[in-house]
Amino acid sequence: MSETKEVLIHADKLSKHFGDFVAVDEISFDVYKGEIFGFLGANGAGKTTAMRMLCGLSTPSSGQATVAGLDVYRKPEQIKKNIGYMSQKFSLYEDLTVMENIRFFAGIYGLSDKQIKEKSANLVGRLGLEKEAKKLVAGLPLGWKQKLSLSVALLHEPKIVFLDEPTGGVDPVTRKQFWDMIYEAAESGTTVFVTTHYLDEAEYCNRISIMVDGKIEALDSPEGLRKTYSAKNMDEVFYQLARKATRQAD
Amino acid sequence: MRTLKFLLQKEFLQIFRNKALLPMMFIAPIIQLLILPQAANYTIKNINLSVVDFDHSPYSRRLADKIFSSGYFHSSGYPASAAEAIRLIEKDKADIILTIPLGFEDKLIKEGSQKVGVQVNAINGVKASVGNNYLSSILSDFNNDIRMEWLQPSRISNQPSIEIVSSYWYNPMLTYYIFMVPGILVFLVTLIGGNMTALNIVKEKEVGTIEQINVTPVRKSQFILGKLIPFWILGNVIFTVGLLIAWLVYGIIPLGSIPLLYLFAGVYLFALLGFGLLISTYSETQQQANSMIFLFVMIFNLMGGLFTPIESMPDWAQVITHVIPISYFIEVMRMIVLKGSGIRDILYHIGVVFSMGIILNGWAILNYRKTS
Repeated sequence: MSETKEVLIHADKLSKHFGDFVAVDEISFDVYKGEIFGFLGANGAGKTTAMRMLCGLSTPSSGQATVAGLDVYRKPEQIKKNIGYMSQKFSLYEDLTVMENIRFFAGIYGLSDKQIKEKSANLVGRLGLEKEAKKLVAGLPLGWKQKLSLSVALLHEPKIVFLDEPTGGVDPVTRKQFWDMIYEAAESGTTVFVTTHYLDEAEYCNRISIMVDGKIEALDSPEGLRKTYSAKNMDEVFYQLARKATRQAD
Repeated sequence: MRTLKFLLQKEFLQIFRNKALLPMMFIAPIIQLLILPQAANYTIKNINLSVVDFDHSPYSRRLADKIFSSGYFHSSGYPASAAEAIRLIEKDKADIILTIPLGFEDKLIKEGSQKVGVQVNAINGVKASVGNNYLSSILSDFNNDIRMEWLQPSRISNQPSIEIVSSYWYNPMLTYYIFMVPGILVFLVTLIGGNMTALNIVKEKEVGTIEQINVTPVRKSQFILGKLIPFWILGNVIFTVGLLIAWLVYGIIPLGSIPLLYLFAGVYLFALLGFGLLISTYSETQQQANSMIFLFVMIFNLMGGLFTPIESMPDWAQVITHVIPISYFIEVMRMIVLKGSGIRDILYHIGVVFSMGIILNGWAILNYRKTS
């Protein structure tokens, strides 16, 4: 990447406390435009909390952060126009059909009727969901649901898409297809911020950060990390770092 | 506006697709309006009366016949002794014991007066006092009958007496349906409307879809309106179903203006749904929401003036009824349906309930956070 990298997410000593518990402890990092930024960590390391602060779902306790150039304290609603979000928990409406979900989310992001029509036809076609378009989402297999969630999160062409453990519980073939979709999005200019605990997926990212007990312990490209920790693969890097964890996984 | 359109569209799709919601909305009120008014009946009937007749004379038998032919009393036997009669009360088989002493007829004829004993089981205070009243008036009637037979007509006319002629306004036949049905309808609208709204939002929290909404630019007010409007419409539909049942089954046609009824129902639903929304903002699970609703519905039910008149509650309880929106709607329903009251008579009620709506909805919007 060139030197004139545009910073899309900037975090500076960002923290979140829940009472005495410090979920996220002064994390600082930058994410650049068009990048796939992996956010790794064990369960309970604070990944989701960090992501929720950046999405405007949770107000930080201290520290600074901007997303798409907007301050997370003062402009959370502005930020929401610029981002897509896919949570850990499947959160499309199970009692609506595939088409109805697409229409609804496209609608509340302010797409015009014409755009909605084009986009939804296009999306259903790309996902190969033509036959399922009029079926309730509840009946879809998990892998398809996840792919649909991602597509819905990208519908309004956000600058950044936040994916919180998007491939949890999904079979390897679907995971591969899912990552193809992520690459496609990144190529079209969307910045991808993704949390995962599948270490092989970490290799797919441009850069990764590894969180341990609320702190970022390492941040580099996959090759860089392997070199620093003189490890053969990401698993080794991760184990070296995660061994230090004192926090109980949830 | 466009966002609201999509929110409403989605809400209606979900409501009509919900297999449990629609039956709950329509079948429940129909069944309850058919059953509840029959059960919530204050007319005390079937009072179990045991007569201990020590006299066994024609007059004592005539007295007993007169009592039982009144239709309010049910014979629970003729025990032979006072002890046996007390046992019937203990076993809950008798509510009232009438003791006719030995020599009843004799003394009545010779001395012109006689005493009978009445013992009442007062565990159910209402039944006891109403039963006692019925019995007393039958006894005094019996008394008059006998006097009529014995005294010369000329002497009666000389006796000064005041006859009380009562006429009952608004509900001339003192029919309990007419009094209860409008109140029960209000109660049903409250129960179903409040419940649906609260549970609906909490369900979105439980499933996690609310988070997907919170991360979109949808404004809080849009989201809340998107929930309020559909349930406001449904509340009106339930109200209409109830009014139709009141007309078709009970023949109750509002004396006052029907548009006025709907005006008040609209204002009331606005307040009620605000209350449901508020509960939903304080609950994380449907279980929590349900138990909160249960608590409040109990209070509404017992203090809203549905079953017992607010005027006879203690002062502190009357204060509470002033902050319960349902008490205003029950009163207004009875005013418009039974008395034919006009808009001037209910302006105060409209004002109070509308203010409550503003407060409850405002509170709900403040308390609903897109960001935690």
